[in-house]
Amino acid sequence: MSAAPRIFSARHAMGRTVQGIAMVASDGFSARYDLDRIAGVFSRPAHKLVGRSYVGRVLVLDTAKGGVASAWMLHEMQSRGVIPAAIVFNTVNPILAQGAALGDVPMLAGFNCDITSMIADGAKVEVDPANKTIRIID
Amino acid sequence: MQLDDEEQDIAAGAAGPVAQQALKHQIAVGDFFGAADFVPVTQAHIMADTESLGEAGVRWLESLAATREGRRRVRIPTITDPRGTDFANAAFLGHTRTMLTLEERAIAAFVKLGVMMTDTCINYQTVQPALRNEHVAFGDTGVVIYSNSVCGARSNFEGGPSALAAGITARTPRYGFHLPAQRQATLHVRVEQTPVSLNEWGALGGVIGRLAGNYWAVPVIEGLEGAPGSDQLKHFGAAMASFGSTALFHLVGLTPEAGRLSDVAGASLPQHRVGRADFEALQKSYRRDGAIDVVVFSAPQLSLLELRDLAGLCDGRHMRVPMLAVTSPQVKPDCDRMGYTSTIETAGGTVLSGMCFYQSYAREIAEARGWKRLVTNSAKMVNILGGYGYQPMLASMEECVDAAESGSLA
Repeated sequence: MSAAPRIFSARHAMGRTVQGIAMVASDGFSARYDLDRIAGVFSRPAHKLVGRSYVGRVLVLDTAKGGVASAWMLHEMQSRGVIPAAIVFNTVNPILAQGAALGDVPMLAGFNCDITSMIADGAKVEVDPANKTIRIID
Repeated sequence: MQLDDEEQDIAAGAAGPVAQQALKHQIAVGDFFGAADFVPVTQAHIMADTESLGEAGVRWLESLAATREGRRRVRIPTITDPRGTDFANAAFLGHTRTMLTLEERAIAAFVKLGVMMTDTCINYQTVQPALRNEHVAFGDTGVVIYSNSVCGARSNFEGGPSALAAGITARTPRYGFHLPAQRQATLHVRVEQTPVSLNEWGALGGVIGRLAGNYWAVPVIEGLEGAPGSDQLKHFGAAMASFGSTALFHLVGLTPEAGRLSDVAGASLPQHRVGRADFEALQKSYRRDGAIDVVVFSAPQLSLLELRDLAGLCDGRHMRVPMLAVTSPQVKPDCDRMGYTSTIETAGGTVLSGMCFYQSYAREIAEARGWKRLVTNSAKMVNILGGYGYQPMLASMEECVDAAESGSLA
């Protein structure tokens, strides 16, 4: 029996290499719709991560959701240090990529698997945009 | 990305630091999505309310506006999405001096950059619609999906920084919906009953958005009876974009790229059927019994025709709870001139201009005014406002006005 894979390759990547604790959900992401950006928690009642703090976490989520505001909001969140360490998506939209470019947030997107089912919530991971990979450390 | 001679000069700083920074931002995004090169654009539309920008975003804009070296002004018509307040009604909304100062600073910076402060999310109804195959850099998801789908123009979702960059460089990375192949349908939806009211059109858009599920999905839709109007497709598209991050849909026989199904669809698309039960279920999922705090018509801003309808419903009545109707600065003078504003406000409502409710410190408004239970005919808005601490409810314009008059949603 082979061991479960511990490293996953993305088609799209941007930013610095970071390590952090993964916060994982098969759900979407919009900085405007889903977050209390002052408290640093997911706030939309229907979101699977509602009530949890995203600060310093590597978010591993299914897809970027509507709302162009996220393009500014990651920059604003970064200015206060109330920001995820990185964001990893199965599928991303231009807004989150544009926001990551302005807000200096490492980002990966586009896997040949459902990345939200391959990484456990709470796992320690390394996001390496230069090599377009996310790796499970613990 | 392949850069032409002018782009290489801009990247090297020949046009100054503002253009250089703009192009480098665009290259980072273009590289992320594998864009081969840039495509010239004719218009840009910037979403930049100060709730989104915050102090950090406004300082960033001010730093661009204060740059003296090289070119800092936009090169193509570059317009703005709604602002974070209506200055004439800021006290009513509970907006603080701090919020207003931030707005004033952002506006001053945009003006120095040559941006036209149109403050509208319905520029396709009020300023100048983009036309078929016209490449543009539009912000506001509702503007993009309408322009792509109904007008046949070509735009990605361009967030504020990227739309401003496109205004400054007059181009955008060629990826996504600038490419013909990306505009082909990826799912087929047969609609079994045609919506009637605007909230039903929005709810149907929300259902299809959920089916589509991500930005790169393109629904092609058949089965609608008749030809929907601009306001119907405005609510339909805005909700689809909000629920699904969708940027393009096709209506067979109606929208410009889908004269026939085969124009946009291959043979083996995933098939879905959507009926009245589905869009009514979405609407009912937001309904609650009991008293309400506020009624809001917004998201997208109301057209003159919607305001005419609203005024007709308000004539001679008295609202027990606040009722807000939000429109664009282009529509508001006509609304005043034709007496609609007077009719709505005599009944106890308020007509606001140049803002949009959810882009205007909605959380702070809730806290300042004690508003939580909100009724609207905008499916887009009910999808958003749950995250802002509201209990939003979706109803028809007629039901909304009845609720404002009685204080509860029947």
